Amino acid sequence: MKPDRNKFSIEEPLSLSLDRSRDDFQPLSSTSERKMHGRPRKAYKPEEEAASASKAAKLRSLQTQFMSIHHHKIYTKEAIDLSRKLLEINPEAYTAWNYRKLAVEDTLSREESNQDLVKSILDEELKVVESALRQNFKSYGAWHHRKWVLSKGHSSVGNELRLLDKFQSLDSRNFHAWNYRRFAVELTNRSKQDELKYTEDMISKDFSNYSAWHNRSVLLSSLLARKAEGFTPNEKIPEEYKLVHDAIFTDEDDQSGWFYHLWLLDQTVNVETPLLTSSWPSHGSCINLSGGDGCLNDSSSSKLTTFCSDLGSFPLILYFDQPVSGVSSSTVAVDSELRGNEDLVWEPVSNKNSRVSCVWVARLNYMSSEPCFPKEYKVKVRIGNSPGIVSSRGCNFSTPYEFVFTAHVHDTVREDSQEVIVSWTDGFDIWDAQSKDLNFLVNLDQQMGLKWRQEAIEEEIELFRALSDSKIGKLTLARLLMAKAMISENGVKGVHYEEILELYSDLMVLDSSHYRYYKDEHSVALLHKVTSSTESLSRYLFQYRDINNSICLRLNNLSLSRIASVEKLLFVQMLDLSHNELHSTEGLEAMQLISCLNLSHNRIRSFSALDSLRHLKQLRVLDVSHNNIGEHSVDTTRYLCSSPLSNSEWTEDEVGRQMTSLVTKYWDAYFVLRDLDLKQLDIAGNVIAGDEFSSFVPQVVPKLVWLDGQKLRS
Amino acid sequence: MSDLPPYPPLDPTTYDLIIVGTGVPSSILAAAASSSGSSSVLHLDPNPFYGSHFASLSLPDLTSFLNSNSLPPPPSNTHDFLSVDLVNRSLYSSVEISTFEPETLEQHSRTFNIDLCGPRAVFCADESINLMLKSGSNNYVEFKSVDASFVGDSSGDLRNVPDSRGAIFKDKGLTLLEKNQLMKFFKLVQTHLASSSTEHDQTAVKVMSEEDMESPFVEFLSKMRLPQKIKSIILYGIAMLDHDQDNIEETCEHVLKTKEGIDRLALYITSISRFSNAHGALMYPMYGQGELPQAFCRRAAVKGCIYVLRMPVTSLLLDKETGGYKGVRLASGQEIFSQKLVLDPSITVGVESLPSLTDQQKETLRVLVPKAVSSKEKIARGICIIRGSVKADISNALVVYPPKSLFPEQLTAVRVLQLGSGLAVCPPDIHALYLSTVCGDDNQGKTAVLSAISTLIRPQVPEDLQTDSIAENDTAVTKPVVIWRALYVQELVKGEFGGEISSTSSPDGNLNYNEIVESAMKLYEQLMGNKELFKEETENTAEEDDGDGVEIED
Repeated sequence: MKPDRNKFSIEEPLSLSLDRSRDDFQPLSSTSERKMHGRPRKAYKPEEEAASASKAAKLRSLQTQFMSIHHHKIYTKEAIDLSRKLLEINPEAYTAWNYRKLAVEDTLSREESNQDLVKSILDEELKVVESALRQNFKSYGAWHHRKWVLSKGHSSVGNELRLLDKFQSLDSRNFHAWNYRRFAVELTNRSKQDELKYTEDMISKDFSNYSAWHNRSVLLSSLLARKAEGFTPNEKIPEEYKLVHDAIFTDEDDQSGWFYHLWLLDQTVNVETPLLTSSWPSHGSCINLSGGDGCLNDSSSSKLTTFCSDLGSFPLILYFDQPVSGVSSSTVAVDSELRGNEDLVWEPVSNKNSRVSCVWVARLNYMSSEPCFPKEYKVKVRIGNSPGIVSSRGCNFSTPYEFVFTAHVHDTVREDSQEVIVSWTDGFDIWDAQSKDLNFLVNLDQQMGLKWRQEAIEEEIELFRALSDSKIGKLTLARLLMAKAMISENGVKGVHYEEILELYSDLMVLDSSHYRYYKDEHSVALLHKVTSSTESLSRYLFQYRDINNSICLRLNNLSLSRIASVEKLLFVQMLDLSHNELHSTEGLEAMQLISCLNLSHNRIRSFSALDSLRHLKQLRVLDVSHNNIGEHSVDTTRYLCSSPLSNSEWTEDEVGRQMTSLVTKYWDAYFVLRDLDLKQLDIAGNVIAGDEFSSFVPQVVPKLVWLDGQKLRS
Repeated sequence: MSDLPPYPPLDPTTYDLIIVGTGVPSSILAAAASSSGSSSVLHLDPNPFYGSHFASLSLPDLTSFLNSNSLPPPPSNTHDFLSVDLVNRSLYSSVEISTFEPETLEQHSRTFNIDLCGPRAVFCADESINLMLKSGSNNYVEFKSVDASFVGDSSGDLRNVPDSRGAIFKDKGLTLLEKNQLMKFFKLVQTHLASSSTEHDQTAVKVMSEEDMESPFVEFLSKMRLPQKIKSIILYGIAMLDHDQDNIEETCEHVLKTKEGIDRLALYITSISRFSNAHGALMYPMYGQGELPQAFCRRAAVKGCIYVLRMPVTSLLLDKETGGYKGVRLASGQEIFSQKLVLDPSITVGVESLPSLTDQQKETLRVLVPKAVSSKEKIARGICIIRGSVKADISNALVVYPPKSLFPEQLTAVRVLQLGSGLAVCPPDIHALYLSTVCGDDNQGKTAVLSAISTLIRPQVPEDLQTDSIAENDTAVTKPVVIWRALYVQELVKGEFGGEISSTSSPDGNLNYNEIVESAMKLYEQLMGNKELFKEETENTAEEDDGDGVEIED
């Protein structure tokens, strides 16, 4: 009664079959999720246990046999079959994979000329991998073996992509498959654009596919970096924002989109090519230098802020927006009338012993052998005229930059000033600085004021205000507002620091498990706010009468947990960070001019956390009283340092030899204090403080005059 | 009937149950009763095809079925029993059939399988699907997904129904905020369903209050701050409501409670993920809806049910003394006896035989006595055979026109289902378009259906005018052209249990079969006592290996 049925093409009709694993009610989650993740493990029934025991016994005997043939390097057909059997049961047997590699190498070395045989052997290997993957799709050994086979020059790469399409339609997020895909794509020279299209298809099938989003970011990075046609950031990034908006707004509880959004934000804010953010001295500034021991208590009563150093040199600081290498006398030209600066040595300032850093310092000598009169010298610095400054991502510093400053060298007044104790309570004058002066000091050269970036961020802010009910929505809005602050040309205009601070305060309450992260971000935002304009910064700036009217920045009682915005604070000579919540001094290493530092009443737990201070060659006065140093017997930050026992250096110096037991006990204090040229140290109010430690410190810091307010030498 | 071959006599002549008509509810009953193992069942149909009002037919067969009139009962003469003549009353009125391209239809005459009860599709999580799986009749039918569903308006625009996470993501018509609101609403429903599935748990947080559940669904949607556009999509495109929910005062009898609305959403949502190879909530059986009753009939036949087509039942046989039901006389003249009888909704007692009946006899026949029609509502249906598709690149699609979307006086939603050759219901490049709407009277219903037709398709233009009109209106060119059209209004008859004689339901105005299946199951319970409907006997479908492994083939 149904004629002509066969006349129609019938493509894959849907027959009903009850699929129990799908019966659980999870309507809106993605298919792959239900299939692969979050299923509870069932308890074994007795008969299953018995079966698994017998399987284990079989596997053990197979394993023993296999180890024996492996040991005796037997590569006969039977032996190879045995390894196959083993791998089919247990694809995780890495030794068996290695054995097969050896076996293949063995045959290949004998039969290299026999192309057909080689091909059949490699085909066989691919088949073994396939059946292993059928057993366990996530077997590292199997995937690696497949890569190895392909690297042998097996020509079936085209098949691999077809195979992968099949894999990935079954488990679209499996990272093994995605990894392998990237590998296979490299081999086939398939275009990145095609792959990008593939990620788009996968995303439109299921936008929770984090792997697809990730691969998209990898592909785009590469296409943008090599400036492929149609891939300029100002066109492509806004397009990508549109795509990810659909994902985020459809399901704001899904992480994948947010991750990608964060990546996009990073692409929007950060420029690939490194830029010089700031320098000290800054362009057009005028610095007063005076030298020698007499720098304290300058007799001249002028309000002139003077930099003085017993080292007879001053630092020239370059601050880049990202870590760079290759800053040297050949990439940075310094023309000055100051003598003795022909071969400047540029040093990276970083805690790790790497040659990559955001901050680079060279010291210029200004002490002349002959008696000094106030004299004016012009110094001209040119950066990037010859290539060599390279970011850690491999991008060249490509915009040559030049700045000029003037140095006044003053006569040295000799006076025995070592008696003077620096007080953090008296001697500060409000610095009635002209904003002009400050502008010189915080002169930032914003070269990246690119319109599309600002527009993109502005649009994002508008959109995400709608999602600011949720935690991730609040966080993203805060990040966007910060991004806006970072890329706006004039830091003040239209930046709502109060809003950012409020968002992070909300988050600290809403999501206490990430409290410290929010607290840190809150601190960063607060410091951005403080440094956003000369007006706001000058509220925190003072001059310290007793030391040449040194510029003192007082950021006490702000509940800071992290240091930031140091690039705008390079001119600071005295820094008061007391009564905050700092755990470490990381970031301060860039502030090369600091001679006095107050860290009292913070949360520093060990001397290791002060490690960055070792870079501050000017530091003479340090207050770390009322912290938690020594409170925790097991200090996790110690593991970041090399073990004292592996370092024989200390046993060779004098202090080390004389006080072996104390150095062993206070090794972290020893390694930090040893490199600090302190005259005044306050350590009271820490667990570590005590008679024993007080007796130890002067040994390590021989020039110390004041310890906890007590004069050491009369 | 005169040209039919003489009927061979049936043997045996006594059954537990005789069912007349092979519509969906009758076929479910037949399959269930024969599967119970203890009943002998005879299943008859006067038509030469299976499915009765649920059949899929060729265009000429469909035309003649819609136009068939009640047959005069042959003279009955029996001495042993009181004989009551039965007549076949047509359920259809205002039948209007137009052919625009007879040669095209002639050319493909054998390739149409057109549904009488269209537009009709099934949700993957429908009760009818559960029943098919349970009875094993799923082995006789193959389904394909309905690719897309749209909500339309008088402008001719069709907008996607964003019915799943993926669809919301891909939707181009919603703003980001609307996507967010809609998804949040779906999630709320989902959380509610999840929490109510672990019911009686006092600690579980009530996502929706009792108060909310009893309030009108449309008010609840407003409370969730959903914009009008999305409300309309949810009410008519997902919950598949017929009546306008926005003027609650006017249509108070049709207001849907939140509880019921949530149930409808649940059906839709569960449908989307039910079968791994289905994409979307709806599916349609290959070769037409007529395959469903056939599948149940096949199941019944396997279980011993006896089938005779082309066999009208001409009269009922009642006990002369008690007035109780005894059996039926077939068109062949043979008398067959049974305990119980279930009749097609279109069969009634001839009016002329009524006055002579005693009260006792009338009681036996009560379900067959025509009474004032309980439901004033009817279903206006339309079928268009069109060349081209209402939406480019999409063959099988559902389109819903919510109330007032076509014209201000439109009272009920019009549903449109387009099906293509992939479903083996029509030739390639041609689509079958089904339309329906619930209506109070024939005119009102046909007006709404015609309005939807004119929005979606282009009428046939006389040759001489054709070029002008194309030049004049570019967009009209993309609209499909109608080749054949049928309009008819169908009466709604509810099935009824009447002890010895019962009747089944006619096709209803819904898209799916849930209400029909429900009433069939209830009738089965009443007929058979509380016997379980289809014992779980058919686990012949292999369960999927749920290990992490996947099939790998080169």
